[in-house]
Formats: sequence, C-alpha cells, structure tokens
Amino acid sequence: MDVVSLSRLQFAVATYFHFLFVPLTLGLSILVAIMETIYVRNGDEDYKRAAKFWGKLFVINFAIGIVTGITLEFQFGTNWSRYSAFVGDVFGSLLAIEATVAFFLESTFIAVWVFGWKKLSPKAHVSCIWLVALASNMSAFWILTANAWMQHPVGYTIRNGRAELTDFMAVVTQKFAILEFIHTIGGAYILAGFFVVGISAWHLLRKNEVQLFQKSFRVALAFALVFSIFEILQGHMNAEILGTTQPAKLAAMESHWETGRGVALNLIQWPDAANERNSIQAMPIPRLLSLLGFYDPNAEIRGLREFPPDERPPVLPSFLSFRAMVGLGFFFVAVTAWAWFRRERIMNSPVLLKILVWSIPLPYIACQLGWTLAEVGRQPWIVYGVMKTTDAVSPIAATQVGLSLIAFILVYGLLGAADFYLLFKYARKGPVPILAPAAAGREVIHA
Amino acid sequence: MLETTWFVLWGVLWAVYFMLDGFDLGLGILKPFLARNEEEHRIVMNTMGPFWDGNEVWLLTAGGATFAAFPGTYAVMFSALYTPLMLLLFALILRGISYEFREKEDVGWWRKTWDTSHFVGSLLPALLLGVAFANIFAGIPIDREGIFHGNLLTLLNPYGLAGGVFFVLLFSVHGALWLANKAEGALRERAQHTIRVLWIALTIVAVAFLAFTWFATSLWQNLLARPFLLLLPAVAVAGLLGTRLFVARRELWKAWFASCATIVGSTLFGVAGLYPALLPSSLDPSYSRTAFNTQSSPLTLSIMLGVALVMVPVVIAYQSWVYYRFKDPVTVKSLALEDLY
Repeated sequence: MDVVSLSRLQFAVATYFHFLFVPLTLGLSILVAIMETIYVRNGDEDYKRAAKFWGKLFVINFAIGIVTGITLEFQFGTNWSRYSAFVGDVFGSLLAIEATVAFFLESTFIAVWVFGWKKLSPKAHVSCIWLVALASNMSAFWILTANAWMQHPVGYTIRNGRAELTDFMAVVTQKFAILEFIHTIGGAYILAGFFVVGISAWHLLRKNEVQLFQKSFRVALAFALVFSIFEILQGHMNAEILGTTQPAKLAAMESHWETGRGVALNLIQWPDAANERNSIQAMPIPRLLSLLGFYDPNAEIRGLREFPPDERPPVLPSFLSFRAMVGLGFFFVAVTAWAWFRRERIMNSPVLLKILVWSIPLPYIACQLGWTLAEVGRQPWIVYGVMKTTDAVSPIAATQVGLSLIAFILVYGLLGAADFYLLFKYARKGPVPILAPAAAGREVIHA
Repeated sequence: MLETTWFVLWGVLWAVYFMLDGFDLGLGILKPFLARNEEEHRIVMNTMGPFWDGNEVWLLTAGGATFAAFPGTYAVMFSALYTPLMLLLFALILRGISYEFREKEDVGWWRKTWDTSHFVGSLLPALLLGVAFANIFAGIPIDREGIFHGNLLTLLNPYGLAGGVFFVLLFSVHGALWLANKAEGALRERAQHTIRVLWIALTIVAVAFLAFTWFATSLWQNLLARPFLLLLPAVAVAGLLGTRLFVARRELWKAWFASCATIVGSTLFGVAGLYPALLPSSLDPSYSRTAFNTQSSPLTLSIMLGVALVMVPVVIAYQSWVYYRFKDPVTVKSLALEDLY
C-alpha cells in the first residue's frame, strides 16, 4: 500500500478507537455531576454512592480517551504534514485553543475530583466534576469546529500558497460548526444515557442495590429520552445543510444519481456505483427528498452523475452508514419512550430491562457510523473543495507508516481489551457496599 | 515582533512542560529502584496522581502552539521526526494508562505489567525528548522541501545521545526531589540518598553536554552575540549548585525549586541559542525552519497571543491551587483514607 492509504487507515484506526471513549466522557461527566449534585443538595447517600460508582467507570473510560487524543494531535504533523502546513493558520489555532481553554481544565480537575473526596468540601468537590463536564464539552466544541472547517471551510483566503485566516468569528460561529457540535454531543449524551440505563437494568434484573440503581436509571433514562428525541429532530438539520454545503455527500448518502426536481425518497434501495445507478429501488415516497433537503417538494437535488467520478465519495459506505445511523436513531426514541411509560413498573418488565442491557453497544455503533458518514462522505477532499486528501500526506516512507500502523493495531487492541475488561468488571461489581463502622476501621488497617 | 513574542512563548511552554512533567517522568524512571513493596509503589504513584495529567497537557499545548504559531515548522518537525515521535506517543499512552489501570486489579502479573509500562513510558519520553532537542540544537538533515534525509540512527548520534542522558538524569534528580518532599520515612531517606548519588552523575554529564554543545552547535555563539542571554545558562548552573546545597541543608522544597531553575534555565538556554530558528537544517542554513519563514499570519498570531495571555495565567492559577491543596505528604494512612470512598 502507498503512504496515502496507509496514513488514511492509520488515521481511521486512531479516530474510531478514540471515539469509542470520548462520547461516554462527554455524557457521563454530566450524569455523574447531576447525581453528585442531588447528593450535595439533599444529602441522599444513594446518590453519593451512585456518583462514586459511575465515577469509577467514568475514570476507567476517561484514561483511554485522553491518551488516544494525543495521537490525533501528533498525526496531523507526522502523517499529514502538507495538510498541516497548508491549513495550520486556521486549523492549528483551533487545536491550540482547545488545549489552553479546555484540555487543561479537564485534565487538572478530574484528578482533583478523584483524589479530593476527603480533601474538599462537598460543594467544592461537586464543582470539580462540573468543571470536567464543562471542559470536556468545550473541548468537543473546538475540535468539532476544526472538523467543521474541513467540511465547510469559511473565513479564510488562499495567500502565500496556503489557507490564511481572515475572519475568526466566521470560523467559530458558522452554522455547520454549531450543527456538528450539537449533533455530536447529542449522540454522546444518548450513548451515556444508554450506558447508565443499561448497566442499571442489568443490576435491577438481579435485584442488586435496587434503590440505588432505580435512581440512576431514572436520571439516565430522562437524559437518554430527551436527547434521543432531540437528535432525530436536530439531525435532520445536519442532513439538510449538506444540500448547499456538500452536495456530493448528500447525493452519496441518499445514493441519488440523477439531478432532478421533486426527488422521491426510496425506503428500500441499494447502490450500484460501478453502473452509476441503484440496483434495487423500491417503495418511493414522492418528493420527500426534495422536501427534506430544501423544504420545497419541487426543489432540485443534484445527483452523483453531476460530479466527475474522481470527486465522488465512496457511495456504499456513505449510504449504509447514513441509513443505519438514522435507523438506530429511531430505535433509541422508541425504546427510551417505552421505558419511560413503564418507569413506575420497571421491576416488572424483565423483557424491557433485557433489551436495555443489550442496547448498550448500539449508540456506540451509531456514533461510529456518524463519523464514517462525515469523513468518508467528504472524500476525496481533506478540506472540502479546497485540498484533496492525496495532496495532504507527509513526504515520508510507506514502511514507517506501515510499522506504526501495526503498532497502533497491537497497542490499541490490547489497551481496548484491558479497558473493556475493567469496565465490565467494575460495572458488574456494583457500588462499594456500605460498611459498618467497625468493618470500615478494619479496612483502613488492611488497605 | 509578534514572531519573536511567539518564539519566546514557544520556549516558555517547553520549559514549563519539562519543569512539571519532568518530576513525573523522573520518578517513573526511579520507582522500580526506590519502591520496595506494594505500599511504597502506591505511595510513589499517588505522589504524582493528582498532577501528572495536568502536567502532560503542557506538552500538548507546546505542540499545539507550534502548530498554530509556526505551522511550517510543525509540519516539518513532526514528519521528519516520525519514528521518535511515534515512540514518544506510545510511551506516553502506556504511562497514562498505567496510572489508571495499575490499581484496578489485585493480581501480581497485572500490576507488574503496568509497573513495567509505567517505567518504559517514563524513561522513553525523557530519553527521546533529550535526543530530539539535542538534534534540534545541532540541526537535522532537512532539505528545502522539508524532507528528512536520514533515519532514527541519524538522530542517535553522540551529541543526540548525550542530550538524552542529560534529560534522563535531570528528570531523575527532579523526580527524586519530589519524592523526598512528598514521602516520609524510609522512602524519603532513600530518595535523598539517590539525589546525592545522581547529582554527581548529573553534574558531570551537564558539564560535558555544555562543552559538547560548544562544538556540536552554534548555541553559545548565538548567545554570545546577545550577552545578556548568558543569564540563562547561569541560572541553570546556579540551580544545579543550589540543589545540592539545599539537599545538604535538608531544605528539600528549596532544593526542588532549585532543580526547577536548572530545567528552565537549560531549556531556555537552548531555545535562546536557536533563535530565530525553530528547526535548523544541517544541510544548508537557508533550509532551516525559523520564526520568520514558517509563522502564521499576523491575524492568527495576534488572536492566539490574546488567548495565551488570558488563559495561561488562569491555568497557572488553578494548577497552583491544586498543587497547594495536595501539598501534604502521601503516607500509608492517607492511602487508606483515599481508598475508603
């Protein structure tokens, strides 16, 4: 393989892996903060133990999220140096701002939270986890703004052979960035909600710590339900904006070949990229695609054939990731709504509880699908319409990249296995039991 | 002016990173030799526990600042140093995970695995950063296009290796000083003994490295052109002497701060000697990446300067607060209290 393919593969491995851990950080920090806040306000010890239990899982997950984030910052320089030199004026500053305003805050206060249960007053302690939640979500904002600029570059001019910033506010307030940010954190909150709901359901099925897990379940279910509904309504806006910003991605994810007006949306279809058509196409809903894309049943939607073959994104992955993500999105609404109506009788709904346990991985898949669509759908561009991915790679040897790719797969594979093992172990173990004072004393001596 | 300001800031970010993460890295290197039982392992880990993550962010900020302020340098530096940076990355990943995973399973092989990866993950960054910076001081074979004409062995030249050994010893003394302040009893005594032994080695290597620098680089010559900058190596030397003096007087916090001065002085000496280059080329000086041929636009530099001038003091303020809140020594008793949550 050549340097471009290897570097793309390496970036894909690093990014997919990183994003297995980031969404839980974004959402669970808030849920832990909410639980600890309830404890601080009304003194309910269940919420304190819940905050500690979920906090432990949070920290196990957080560690990998942090260290794998370093990889991404390094890779722009190591593997995509021509890209870095070309866009550093705009893109580099967003990453640097992220580190200074968000990453410092997050990394400093998570440690204070972990080590500070006995050292800080309850109010100061709960503030730490709120700071972590705030900082990790701010961090997401800057990173996603940087990605949005690759998707839809604004506020720059080509000068001195590179992209130079002309309008900082245009970059950080563009609609594409705001939508991408909201959609990503929405997905992360759904994931965290399902994580807490699912693990709580597992313990409730076993009648373990019923009181504590019912409380966790309630908080997280409300969170998951609200954001599942929100994500469906809001996600529509992310697709709609593509009509004007990335028409090739829109055409690829809908597998829409021929430019036309009043375009239908086929409920069943299968793309055949080689012959520039769909091999299966059935159950059309007339004019729906035009209506969704432009709020006008007769609007024109550009088809893939309008783009030269070397400027079309890979159709099948874009199409499948989009459909599967949207399908999962509707499933999340359905299952959380069902659980909400059964919430008073949840202990008598074993089937529902089992479904909730088995649903834990689904938002993870949805998040990965979302990124697949975002990144694969942008190809062949690294900066849409401005720079091609093939022009962005470093002038380095393929063997170097090949070796580092193998190392990534090995190291990440082992770390991922160890991390999920620990998450399972501590999730099953449940919260630390309440010790009688005498037992607590013994524990100190034997610790 | 903006370029020079950013050049100085760039150097300061690296200096602060080395000063803070230096003690974590150094203590990671020494832990297998200083900690004799499980309890001591945990004490050593917990003396760094509340700080190491925040310290490491200074590295990311230094990297991010290079990207934002000097993208042309960032691109060439990171792609030319591909292999050492990948090794650094894997080492930092292992180190970070070790802090978190070590305690999570009470099995011998599990803890040994993370102890080993913590050691490697601390030694390798210290060594690699030393090798990388020494090579940067001396210049690396990059051409006009920024293509690197060499491999990992090119970087492992005598001067590069001397830089690596210097960093390892510098950080080890710094880490031992941290432990001497944060532990009690036998561990503290052992740390102090280690400092006295390592300090001699460090002094010899430091003197040799400074002399070697005269021949292998043009740092001294650049510095002599602006004599007031000689203050920087003077601070480093004073710090080194002060460290030993304060250790002898058992004023261990003062000794640690003196060690900080050595690290900051050495780093800024190197960076000031490079000015205006950030990455000199050993092939032809006109291929060097400098603050004046790789910088961002004035608009970006100004915005970033604004962000840095507001945010860096804020970061320093809250990190100082954390250091203050967790200033007490870590003891067997405090370990037990932490676990009870």
